[in-house]
Amino acid sequence: MAESRVPHSNLPPPASTVGVVGWLRRNLFSSPLNVILTLLAVYLLFVALPPLLRWAFLDASWDGDNRDACRPGGACWVFIRVHFDQFMYGFYPDGQRWRVNAAVLLLILGAAPLFVRAVSSKFKIRLGLGLLIAYPLIAFILLKGGMTGLPVVDTSQWGGLLLTLVIAGVGMTAALPLGVLLALGRRSRLPAIQTLCVTFIELWRGVPLITVLFMSSVMLPLFLPAGMNFDKLLRALIGVTLFQAAYMAEVVRGGLQAIPKGQFEAAAALGLGYWKTMGLIVLPQALKLVIPGIVNTFIALFKDTSLVLIIGLFDLMNIVHNATTNPAWLGFSTEGYIFAAVVYWLFCFGMSRYSQNLEKHLHTGHKR
Amino acid sequence: MTEPIPTPVKPPFWNDPQVRAIVFQAIALVATVAFGLYIFDNTQANLRRLGIASGFGFLSSPSGFDIIQSLIPYSATSSYGRVFWVALLNTLLVSALGVVLATLLGFVIGVARLSRNWLISRLALAYIETFRNIPLLLQIFFWYFAVLRAMPAPRQSLSLGETVFLNIRGLYLPAPEIQTGFGWVLAAFGIAAVLTTLLARWARRRQRATGQQFPILSVALALLLGLPLLTFWLAGSPLAWQVPELQGFNFRGGWVIIPEMASLLLALTIYTATFIAEIVRAGIQAVSHGQTEASLSLGLTSSLTLRLIILPQALRVIIPPLTNQYLNLTKNSSLAAAIGYPDLVSAFAGTVLNQTGQAIECIAITMAVYLTISLLISLMMNWYNRRVALVER
Amino acid sequence: MNPLKTFATATVLLLTASGVAQAGATLDAIKKNGFIKCGVSDGLPGFSYADEKGNYSGIDVDVCRAVAAAVFGDATKVKFTPLTAKERLTALQSGEIDVLSRNTTWTSSRDSAQGMNFAGVTYYDGQGFLVNKKLGVKSAKQLDGATVCVQAGTTTELNLSDYFRTNKMKLTPITYDKSDESAKSLEAGRCDVLTSDQSQLYAQRIKLAKPDEYVVLPEVISKEPLGPVVRHGDDDWFDIVKWTLFVMVNAEELGVNSKNVEEMKKSTNPDVKRLLGVEGDKGKDFGLANDWMAVVIKQVGNYGEIFERNVGQGSPLKIQRGLNALWNQGGLQYAPPVR
Repeated sequence: MAESRVPHSNLPPPASTVGVVGWLRRNLFSSPLNVILTLLAVYLLFVALPPLLRWAFLDASWDGDNRDACRPGGACWVFIRVHFDQFMYGFYPDGQRWRVNAAVLLLILGAAPLFVRAVSSKFKIRLGLGLLIAYPLIAFILLKGGMTGLPVVDTSQWGGLLLTLVIAGVGMTAALPLGVLLALGRRSRLPAIQTLCVTFIELWRGVPLITVLFMSSVMLPLFLPAGMNFDKLLRALIGVTLFQAAYMAEVVRGGLQAIPKGQFEAAAALGLGYWKTMGLIVLPQALKLVIPGIVNTFIALFKDTSLVLIIGLFDLMNIVHNATTNPAWLGFSTEGYIFAAVVYWLFCFGMSRYSQNLEKHLHTGHKR
Repeated sequence: MTEPIPTPVKPPFWNDPQVRAIVFQAIALVATVAFGLYIFDNTQANLRRLGIASGFGFLSSPSGFDIIQSLIPYSATSSYGRVFWVALLNTLLVSALGVVLATLLGFVIGVARLSRNWLISRLALAYIETFRNIPLLLQIFFWYFAVLRAMPAPRQSLSLGETVFLNIRGLYLPAPEIQTGFGWVLAAFGIAAVLTTLLARWARRRQRATGQQFPILSVALALLLGLPLLTFWLAGSPLAWQVPELQGFNFRGGWVIIPEMASLLLALTIYTATFIAEIVRAGIQAVSHGQTEASLSLGLTSSLTLRLIILPQALRVIIPPLTNQYLNLTKNSSLAAAIGYPDLVSAFAGTVLNQTGQAIECIAITMAVYLTISLLISLMMNWYNRRVALVER
Repeated sequence: MNPLKTFATATVLLLTASGVAQAGATLDAIKKNGFIKCGVSDGLPGFSYADEKGNYSGIDVDVCRAVAAAVFGDATKVKFTPLTAKERLTALQSGEIDVLSRNTTWTSSRDSAQGMNFAGVTYYDGQGFLVNKKLGVKSAKQLDGATVCVQAGTTTELNLSDYFRTNKMKLTPITYDKSDESAKSLEAGRCDVLTSDQSQLYAQRIKLAKPDEYVVLPEVISKEPLGPVVRHGDDDWFDIVKWTLFVMVNAEELGVNSKNVEEMKKSTNPDVKRLLGVEGDKGKDFGLANDWMAVVIKQVGNYGEIFERNVGQGSPLKIQRGLNALWNQGGLQYAPPVR
């Protein structure tokens, strides 16, 4: 009788290639160089992390309301705790701060449906446009007051994170339409328009924001006829907007260039004029393509708002910096800067994650 | 019978695209010019009304203030024009150093990000995500007001063999002092450079003709370093070192890197390197894996593959965004104004503007300089870009 | 937040736009606004300092309050704008502020090329040096090779260079925009010396963590007459600010202060009568109320009161009157008569 050969059942893979050990071998100790690198990195982490954690959490002081509550050797988060409201609202009067909260809440509630995937895109567009037009007005009335019985809060009292958000928000929303126009102008076939737009864009892109801010705070008043002068904040906003518009124009131009020529030709064949071609055919596709780019410029703008410190506006950065020079709280600059860094980081990192996410969902047919 | 072809109706002139184009452009031009004139007119009126001096005459009057760091001879009796050059050179210095350091760090982090070592690539990612998302100004403040303030006082300086000193006033390094005979060393270096160029040309020709390779890199290094060193030794070491010494309040002599510059440089490097790292990563990833496989199957070693196959192709993708980062770094160096490093914005558009009150002239000059730098760098990079661009056959 | 917001802000601001510097126009615009826009220092105890709640106090602040009392009969109708040394000039030129009261030194170039008008001197000052006692320096002449912190774009910066140059000493200057940063740097040891107007040095010193470890050197190296500034070209407004100062000095000379002003109205002294608006109309030609001088004194006080309250014995700074005493008490404060 022939021996029947029963294949041996599969052996498990060698213990050294699976599980934790396998993972470690593959990812950390695959070659002598890697072993050295890994050990070096582990050593670095071992040296740096525990003292940092001990300083920031274990030995840190959290409670109290003056500097005596701080233990030496650890971080003094009391400093942040005491100044927290100031960091958020600046010099916005105590009793009126609910208005800021209300404005923020309104924005969150209003904008929430935009981020829900189940909502139809038609509704989103309508809501988005509505928000874009109505929200700034509502927010302005709410924050500045003077109408509907609310006491006036002068813009010089706005500060902290509130001011940072105002500058970033206004800069962004005002720069977008301007940037689109500039981008269209740059791609225009009319030589005069094109030259004007190119000059404008390259002019702003070639200089640092700080000189633009200097210009808006120092030179702008001299450009205006006698008797006309703007709020310091508004001047900064004008500077930021023009600067941002130039960058936005370049992003949008990228989108315009990615639209195949056939689209233009098809629109022309249908008898559409320039504005209809752009408004109905080209821009909707182009803008969709560059949403991640727009978010990225927004992140850059958000970080750049910190420069208004140099012209003396009390944004988050300046108000933290200012608090560190408060005689009653000298010596806590590290805590202050770390707090500001964490706030900026949360916003920027959140937005960059969002933009990466969008990028994945927006690839609709253009990428081959 | 055929119907007569209707002669096309000429559209009314206001619908004629050509007429429209001209009209639109005319309107745009007139509006721009009118706007410009309006501003010019207002400015003139304002300057007259407020009795503010104008013109560039102030550039030749004496400045009257001192500057902490200057690459060219400068004193308080020098002119405002001189201040401009001092400030410009300070800007260029910190930008140039920043570009070099950020590129080095960026390449290292970018490669580390692609490392197959999990820990290394995660660390690189953590580095990138942390520093990229924190405003540069905040980082500058952190280094300047939180970290460099922890340095010891001059009398308690940390020292390295009593020649290099580190304290709150800066990093003091010995400065070389050139003595007679140093010209020979320079000449030797020149000869070495010429020899290297000739050698490289010969080696390339030989490789093309015979396929044999010549270890050009090591030979060139040996030439460039060895020849000058040999002359240096033969000429009797014609170089003395001026070691900084503690005298009175501060160290004197030697070179000093002031903390203002150090923190600016640190922040610029660390911040820009995160962007460069991402660019490098994207560039390397853009080279398809097939290229590596093909190269390996042709028998090239992995280092040769990197040098001859991957890098040249990756650079093509890397260069344009890299240029942008260099431009950004240069523009960002203007944040020096916040910590008192005497760069163009701080010393010229700040102090000079304030001492003279001539805002328009000072800001216009400053903006013109940055525009020129931007244009020059982009022209240079465009030229380089054309040279390495893919030649399609 | 979008263009509309900018547009709305712009419209609102354009409607309320103000600051025309033709004769008399500043006052009209101020009256329309309902408050005076006053530029002050960004934090200098004794001169202008905002506490955590944003309430301002100091000599420079009181000057603006006095002007507001003169114009509106209400010393609270002032909007303070903190300015750095760099910003102050343009803020005034552009009409962002109506009066600059920010320890600004009266110099010829500021009067001529920079389009300013100095309304008077509120504080006769001079530049000095603040050093750590540990350095053992007794005189400014020993500062050869020292690192000096100084505020950027001030006359102080120029005097400093002059002084070191004429005494053939080596200078390493570090310039900051804000006085707070200079003080912080002195404390950290980044610089050996802090130089500024002496009054500011006293003010900075009490902001340090250990004020007792620092000493102001005896040398005064410059003349620094500090005072409020208005734009060149509006004489009427210039007169109001100028005379507000004179009123306060005259009041001290005549013994009128904020507490006794009502009683003094019954005084028989013709000078006092004129000052308090009891006799003759001293308001019409200024475009102000008849008793504006009395209101200024009542709401803000005379010069002596302001001095003592903010920088003198009634304050932590404890600065002596010195040059700032009245002319008949050995000082320089002298005001033309009200007549």
